[in-house]
Amino acid sequence: MHRVVKISKGLNINLKGAPVAEMTSVEAAKLYALMPADFTRVTPKVVVKPEDAVKAGDPLFVDKANPEMQFVSPVSGKVVAVNRGERRRVLSVVVESDGKFESVEYKAKDVLSLSSDEVKADLLKAGLFAFMRQRPYDVIANPSDTPRAIYVSAFDSKPLAVNFEIALKGNEEDFQTGLDALSRIAPVHLGICACQKSTALLVAKNVTTTIFKGPHPAGNVGVQINKTAPVNKGEIVWTIGAEEVIFIGRLFNKGKVDFTRTVALAGSEVKNPSYSKVVLGAQISTLVEGRLEDKNELRIIDGNVLTGKKTAADGFLGAFSTEITVIPEILNDADILGWAAPRFGMYSTSRSYFSWLFPKRKYTIDARIKGGERHMIMSNEYDKVFPMDIYPEYLIKAIITGNIDKMEQLGIYEVAPEDFALCEFVDSSKLELQRIVREGLDKLRAEMC
Amino acid sequence: MKFLRNYIDKIKPNFEEGGKLHAFRSLFDGFETFLFVPNDTAKSGVNIHDAIDSKRIMSLVVIALMPAMLVGMYNIGLQNAIAAGTVETTTWFSMFLYGLLVMLPKIAVSYIVGLGIEFTVAQWKNEEIHEGFLVSGILIPMIVPVGCPLWILALATAFAVIFAKEVFGGTGMNIVNVALIARAFIFFAYPSVISGDTVWVATESICGLGATVDGYTCATALQHVANGVAPVGAAGAELGVCDMLFGFMPGSIGETSVVAIALGAILLLWTGVASWKTMLSVFVGGVVMLFVFGDKLPESIPFWHHLLLGGFCFGAVFMATDPVTSARTEVGKYIYGFGIGAMTILIRVLNPGYPEGMMLAILLMNVTAPFIDYCVVQSNVNARAKRLTKKN
Repeated sequence: MHRVVKISKGLNINLKGAPVAEMTSVEAAKLYALMPADFTRVTPKVVVKPEDAVKAGDPLFVDKANPEMQFVSPVSGKVVAVNRGERRRVLSVVVESDGKFESVEYKAKDVLSLSSDEVKADLLKAGLFAFMRQRPYDVIANPSDTPRAIYVSAFDSKPLAVNFEIALKGNEEDFQTGLDALSRIAPVHLGICACQKSTALLVAKNVTTTIFKGPHPAGNVGVQINKTAPVNKGEIVWTIGAEEVIFIGRLFNKGKVDFTRTVALAGSEVKNPSYSKVVLGAQISTLVEGRLEDKNELRIIDGNVLTGKKTAADGFLGAFSTEITVIPEILNDADILGWAAPRFGMYSTSRSYFSWLFPKRKYTIDARIKGGERHMIMSNEYDKVFPMDIYPEYLIKAIITGNIDKMEQLGIYEVAPEDFALCEFVDSSKLELQRIVREGLDKLRAEMC
Repeated sequence: MKFLRNYIDKIKPNFEEGGKLHAFRSLFDGFETFLFVPNDTAKSGVNIHDAIDSKRIMSLVVIALMPAMLVGMYNIGLQNAIAAGTVETTTWFSMFLYGLLVMLPKIAVSYIVGLGIEFTVAQWKNEEIHEGFLVSGILIPMIVPVGCPLWILALATAFAVIFAKEVFGGTGMNIVNVALIARAFIFFAYPSVISGDTVWVATESICGLGATVDGYTCATALQHVANGVAPVGAAGAELGVCDMLFGFMPGSIGETSVVAIALGAILLLWTGVASWKTMLSVFVGGVVMLFVFGDKLPESIPFWHHLLLGGFCFGAVFMATDPVTSARTEVGKYIYGFGIGAMTILIRVLNPGYPEGMMLAILLMNVTAPFIDYCVVQSNVNARAKRLTKKN
């Protein structure tokens, strides 16, 4: 039997527009893009020019500091643009698909006979290593490191999150091969949810499986690490998304780079929230066309409501995104006397609102911050939704004051910005906690590396 | 409400950088966000936010203070009538109205002085106005005797807002409770208006309401106890438990009615604005200390009356639980609360100079709270360090 870890602190936000377990077929997008910003703290060096022909698996850019780290085209076609922003920072490399989805050919291999270095080399060559992240710092992993373990969370507990079992259907073999490949590098820990019944998860081989019970953030890999074996100073742990494990499996089973994902379109402003097969980096327009409500001004989010980035219909699916969420930008632009009005339709964790009376009700929440930024006033707000053995408030204060020693002592090596997303949601002082944590991690990394 | 929103949007440019009314930006900003929830949307991080904000939290505390405030007003009129010997002929409503008239100038002075400083600082630092003073501003008039002159109240408020809050960086950064610093300022700078036996009952008639009583004196219950006699009310009759519960006795305006304070406590605890851990621990600390001092306690009242008299309940419910100045860790809250309750009784029993100990106990624990938290957090730090050495 697998070990069961129960998490009590946390919060499930009941939002309208959860994706139903159905596949909606959408037309394949014409344009695909890879955005360097998705690969945290990688300085890109673009290795293609517009009009270059590429296949899926051909590098579009490499890491300047470590050129063997390649970031590859998700589709075959030709490069149409290298978009740059301020100070010539690369924003995206756009590829126009030729509709054939041809991949660079690799040899199918029996992963269990490979060595750690061979697996790493194959992943680097195919551009799949780019999806490996590391704790501490929550940045793209360095292939020359030896991690203590590799953690894979097979479920997403965020509001309106995708159900990984739907993506897993038909890809069970590739998923297991991917886990086998990772297990050649380091011990693999698979975190699954008590609600998951798929045998590919329950009897996954060459991994240590742990079952997590409880509200979000039980599915966050950071929480799973903290609850099984927290990261100590000097240790490195790698993490990778469950669907990316399937990509790895495909590489070794079929000898191909195939970035087809099962992406959910969700949110209160979507007419029929459901799943679709989409290739990574696809332009969002084909996915959302004709499927959005037009009552309100919309916010299209690349990813989840808690951690995703605001984008637009002509934007692209992020490299790590498994869903597109659409919510209203502003529901009521003349929300009068918000501090005193009962505001029955509003969702809040505070009993000064009335949402505690309707635990089953599903809410439409818009993108308003609904208050001004203040210094930290209330105590124990973060702790209630932060299940790690860390004092979040004190860690945040250490980061704000730039106190490196304190950050280390209080456990910054164990966290990523996404772990603070719920704290940021409930915060009555409306502090930008994820940004603060990101800056703290960057500062620490600059000092330590 | 659209027209109001449109009107505000129309006049807004005047207050922005370069506008002719830019000097009043913080004031405009304060009123705009008071009227309408700001329409700023998330730029980084989470795309959705909980509907709670500090405005709503602060308003809740003000609402929770209302029962104690209203009873306090009635009690002002009642004590005046008792002193004048006109209880039989005065209606409860005119007593209340008299109390209201006595209180209004105090509330106005506290808010005008405090908010004036807050708006100026917000303008100067180019920040949004913070709501913290909404609570402090109503607390200050409630924790002084009715006889405290307005100019002293103004001075104390200004001192507290500037030196207890703004110099530290504003709401959320202060170390000690702002309202209590105002009271402590009066206590040490003008002791005659906050102690003794001439300030606890209103003796001036206002607009034909109430009665003017010359040379009237009456001390608070705790002063009587400190003097070794049984506490008596304004008319010289002994105080019963009923008087103590409902607050019909001389004392600081808001602190006398235990029942009214309990109503506020229920609201604060139910909405989670105040921590039950702190509140409960204050009472536990008080009770434990009362047992410790069992034989040293004045014999003029049963020992448990200490919890009903003076500022014990008011302090436990509204002052000790101030999230900014209280301990912020959950374990720390127990220690912090216990310290307040215990220290209050300690001061009351061992120091005949201070019949009331709540204010000093809370201020003392405010200063200690960061150390308590440090110890609690340090145990987490040590555990983490131990994990590391164990591994190596």
